[in-house]
Amino acid sequence: MSAIVTGAERIAAAFESARAEGRRAALMPYLMAGYPDLERSREIARAYVAGGADLIELGIPFSDPLADGPVIHAADVAALAAGANVADALDVVRAVDAHVPVVVMCYANVILARGLERFAELLAEAGASGLIVPDLPLEEAPAIRELLDARGLALVPLVAPTTPEERLARIGAAARGFVYTVSVTGTTGERDENDAALPDILARVRASTAVPVALGFGIGTPAQAAAAAAAGADGVIVGTRLVRAAGEAPGDVRALVAEFAAALAP
Amino acid sequence: MSAGVEHRFGPYGGQYVPETLMPALAELEQAWIAARADAQFQDRLRELLHAYVGRPSPLYLAERISAQVGHPVYLKREDLNHTGAHKINNALGQALLAQRMGKRRIVAETGAGQHGVASATACALLDLECVVHMGTEDIRRQQPNVQRMELLGATVVPVQAGARTLKEAVSAAIRDWVTNVSDTHYILGTAAGPAPYPALVRDLQRVIGDEARAQVLELAGRLPERVIACVGGGSNAIGIFTPFVPDPDVKLIGVEPAGEGIETGRHGAPLTVGGPGGNGGVLHGAYSAIMQDEDGQILEAHSISAGLDYPGSGPEHAWLRDQGRATYTAISDREALDAFARVARLEGIIPALESAHALAWLFANPRSELDVVCLSGRGDKDLAEVIAKL
Repeated sequence: MSAIVTGAERIAAAFESARAEGRRAALMPYLMAGYPDLERSREIARAYVAGGADLIELGIPFSDPLADGPVIHAADVAALAAGANVADALDVVRAVDAHVPVVVMCYANVILARGLERFAELLAEAGASGLIVPDLPLEEAPAIRELLDARGLALVPLVAPTTPEERLARIGAAARGFVYTVSVTGTTGERDENDAALPDILARVRASTAVPVALGFGIGTPAQAAAAAAAGADGVIVGTRLVRAAGEAPGDVRALVAEFAAALAP
Repeated sequence: MSAGVEHRFGPYGGQYVPETLMPALAELEQAWIAARADAQFQDRLRELLHAYVGRPSPLYLAERISAQVGHPVYLKREDLNHTGAHKINNALGQALLAQRMGKRRIVAETGAGQHGVASATACALLDLECVVHMGTEDIRRQQPNVQRMELLGATVVPVQAGARTLKEAVSAAIRDWVTNVSDTHYILGTAAGPAPYPALVRDLQRVIGDEARAQVLELAGRLPERVIACVGGGSNAIGIFTPFVPDPDVKLIGVEPAGEGIETGRHGAPLTVGGPGGNGGVLHGAYSAIMQDEDGQILEAHSISAGLDYPGSGPEHAWLRDQGRATYTAISDREALDAFARVARLEGIIPALESAHALAWLFANPRSELDVVCLSGRGDKDLAEVIAKL
C-alpha cells in the first residue's frame, strides 16, 4: 500500500474491487474494540479479514450508546468494564489496517473529550480510513469533517428511513467514503427480515450522492445480506449478529463472516 | 430555521442525536413555533393550568423560616400543583402539543417519578397512550409514584441498565422514541436534551417565574435579592429564573446535589464542579456541563434525591453560569435530609427531597434581604426513603 493513498481512497478502492470482482456487495463486519477483551477483539478483527471482509467497522466502546440496541449496549458496558479505553480501542485498528480499510465508529462525546483536532490526529496515527458518528447529524458535523478531510480520512454520514428528500440531498452532497443507510427506524439489532421498502430507500440514497451506499442495522443473516445487495446496496454492514457471536462463541466468528461473504459472492 | 427557538445557548445545546430523530425534532420545533403563537392553544393551556392544575400557585411568606434566617423568605408553592410538583406545567403543555401534532403515543422518562406521574396524568386527561421508562433503583425508592402512574393507566417500563436511575431512563426513552417515532412524542421532563427541548421546556416552565415575579412585587413591593432553586436537569430552576434574568440585581442560585460530598466524586453537580467553561460534553443530545472521565465516558451521578440524580445539566444553565448571570452550588445528601425534616416541623410543609436542597442552601447561607425559593414539589413520595435515613 503506497503511503500517498488516503483513507478515503482506500474505502473507495475497497468498494471498487468488490464490484470489479463481481461480488454483489462489499462486506463490512462490525466489531466492538475491547470486547470481550482487548486481545480477543484483535483476534476477531483478524478473523473478519480471514473470513472475507472488504472493510471493517470498529466501534469504540461508550457508556451511553443511544443508537444501539441491547446487544451492542451490553458489549459497550462489558468492554469498558474489562478496562478498554480510547487509546487501546484505536490500537485495534493496527491489527488489520494493512489488509482492509478500517472505519471507526464512535459517539460524539468521545471525540469532544479529546478535542476534535487531537482525535482526528489519533485516527490518522492509528491507520483508520474513516469515521462514523451515530449522534453527529449533518448540522453538527462540519468542524470534524474539515479536520478529517485535511488528513484524507472520510467522515461517513448516516441516513435513516425518516430522512426527507431535501435533507438527503444535503447529506449525500457532504458524504465522504460512503453513505451509511440505516435500514430500520430504530436502534441496532437483528431483525427477522428486511424492510419491504429497502429498494426504494436505497434508490433514494443513491440518487443523492456520488459515493457508495452501504446498508446496516438489522441485518442478521446471510440471506438478509444477499437481499440487501439485491435491493441495491453497494455494501452490507453486519453488527449485532457478530457482536453476539463474539460474546457467545468467538471461535465461530471467522466461519460466520465467511457465510456472509459467500452470500455476497459472484 | 431556528427562528424563535434557540438551538444554542452560547456554545451549549445543539442536536447530537441519531439521524432517525432529526426530522422529528424539526417537526416538534415547527409545531411549537405554531402552537405558542396560536391564541386558541394558549387559551386551552392557560385554562387547564388554572382549573386543572390549580395555577397560579401561591407565593407564601414562610414566617418561621424567615424568623430563623433573619429575613423574609417566600416559597413558590409548586408543591400545591395537581400531582404535587412543577412537572405538570411541562407535561400538560407537551401533551397538548402532541395532541395537536396528531401523535397518540407518549413516551417519557422519570427519576423521582414526578415527571412520570405528570405525564401519565396529562395523558389520562387527553386520552393518549403513555409509556414511562424508569430505572429499577428509582422504582424501588419511589414506589408510591409507580403505583400512581399505573393507576393513571400508564405502562411503567423498568430499566435495568447502568446504575438503574434517571440517566438510563432517559436513554431508554430516547431509544423507544427512535423506534416508534412516527406515532410517538417524547415528553422530555427537563430543560435538557436536543433542541428544541431546552427552549420548549423553559417556555412551558417559565410560568413559575412569571407568577413569582408579579407576586413578590405585589406582596413585598420589591424584587428579591436571591432566587433559589434546585437543579437536576434544571427545569424548575430555568422556569423560575427566566423572568428574573433581565433584573441585574436579582441573584440566581442553582443548587445541585453534592451527594456524599463533591470530593468523593459521588455527586450530581456538573455545573458546580465544572466552573465556567469546564466539563463540557454531550449527553442525551445536547452539549452542556456533564460528569465524564478523560475519555468522555459518562460517569454515574449520585444523589439521595432521585430527581437530581443525573450527570448532565440543561444547556441554558451552563450558559447562565459562564456569563456569570447565575451561580451554581451544591448541597449534600445529609444537608438535604436535615432541611427536609426542619421545614416539615417549621412550616408544616413536607418538601420534596429535590426542593430540600434549595432550602438547605438557604439555611447555610442566610445573609440576604429577601429571598424567593422554588418549592418545586411535595415530599410524600420520599417518606419511605427519608424515614429510614433520618
